[in-house]
Amino acid sequence: MNAFRTILGKDLRTELRTLESIPAMALFAATTFVLFRFGLDRTSLEGSLAAGVLLATVLFAAILAINRVFVSEREQGGFDVVRLAPVDGTALFAAKVCVLAIYLVVLELIAVPLFALLFLDSAAGLAPLALVLAMVDLGLATIGALVSSIAINSRARDLIAPLLLLPLLVPVMIAAAGAAEPLLAAGGPSYDGFGKWIAVLALYDVVFGLVGYAVYDFLLED
Amino acid sequence: MNFRSPRILPWLTVVTLTAGFALVFFFAPNDADQGFIQKIFYLHVPLAICALVGFMVAAVQAIIHLRGGDSKWDVRSYVSIHISIILGVAVLITGAIWARASWGKWFVWDEPTLVSFLIVFLLYCTYYPLRYAIEDRERQARYASVFAVTAGAFVPLNFIAVRLAETLVHPRVFATSDSGLPPKMWITFLVCLAGMGLLWETLVRFELAAKSSRARLGRLRRALEGDDVGVAGSRIAPLAHGATETS
Repeated sequence: MNAFRTILGKDLRTELRTLESIPAMALFAATTFVLFRFGLDRTSLEGSLAAGVLLATVLFAAILAINRVFVSEREQGGFDVVRLAPVDGTALFAAKVCVLAIYLVVLELIAVPLFALLFLDSAAGLAPLALVLAMVDLGLATIGALVSSIAINSRARDLIAPLLLLPLLVPVMIAAAGAAEPLLAAGGPSYDGFGKWIAVLALYDVVFGLVGYAVYDFLLED
Repeated sequence: MNFRSPRILPWLTVVTLTAGFALVFFFAPNDADQGFIQKIFYLHVPLAICALVGFMVAAVQAIIHLRGGDSKWDVRSYVSIHISIILGVAVLITGAIWARASWGKWFVWDEPTLVSFLIVFLLYCTYYPLRYAIEDRERQARYASVFAVTAGAFVPLNFIAVRLAETLVHPRVFATSDSGLPPKMWITFLVCLAGMGLLWETLVRFELAAKSSRARLGRLRRALEGDDVGVAGSRIAPLAHGATETS
């Protein structure tokens, strides 16, 4: 628990001082919205199109952070320190999941209002959408931390991480889009199948949380 | 490497598959809705089941590898995934042919099983770039096993998510009537499934035998030429390119 808090604190402090990830993610999201505006040639979005644009943007912005989250550990010997210290490797995993989840929440605090401002006619669906996004963040962070620590020690890490991530994230996209689509529908939010999709997201988060917990030590030992 | 009954298994495979296809054409009735094209079901579905079961087998082998650290299980996991991906290509091709014949399109997005399979297939395709991107043998084996376990957990989850996302409007062979498949079709299907399972096992055995003899050949070559004999050790090279470096 102590190690977890220390690593989490270290990462958040580093991010606050260097501002390496979050501003880049926010900028990326804003630019992607502009691209979608012209790519789809729409000035307002609703339903499945709105859900797809928002979720695809969050997903790709997450990849930026996932690519970076272990770079400092590798380049400045964080992995060796964790291996040398008498702490559980899963503390590192849990801390990185939290770091990524916090990055994503901060990103969404910027990107979702911006999205609503640019594309949505009504903001009524945003409150329940927050729950969907929170579950998505947890899933993205879990699988992201796992894949990132696999990719970081490979030769082509910037290539490997998205390559592994995108197929793994398809169920998240399916469930999140399924839940978000009725929330962002033109006639005001409805909760069609909301519980079902939240359950799928929860199942995904739990399963990959457990998988990460089970296998993470094998990624550390050398 | 010692394989049990190396000669019986291929023959058993040939006999079962031939019997299965004979049943398909001469025993199983034509499907009432889809007619003759439905017979591709006896090829497509066993292929898909064997590929998916192969992925799960690979995940179990990867768990054994991670727990025990014996690289033999990494090789088995690798070969299981390898053969399953080859079957997976056949699944996608036969699925596309079936979709074209039944629904007029090569790929149908609202057919959940087809879509799930495509996603799983794409995920497992990244297994190769992952392996090749890690140079250190021991680490490569470990990371590949972690991948195999993660992907193994992903397979059922993915099928749940995709199935929930689609409305089942398309004719499904298992659900064409209330009682499911007629007995004649069931028998044929089960024989084909058994044949395909045997084929998977045969291919895995052959691939393992090829890998171990290639590694032994490499070791003999190195011994003859006298450079770094000790390096290869006694284990099978988990990678195809690893064992042929000297050639």
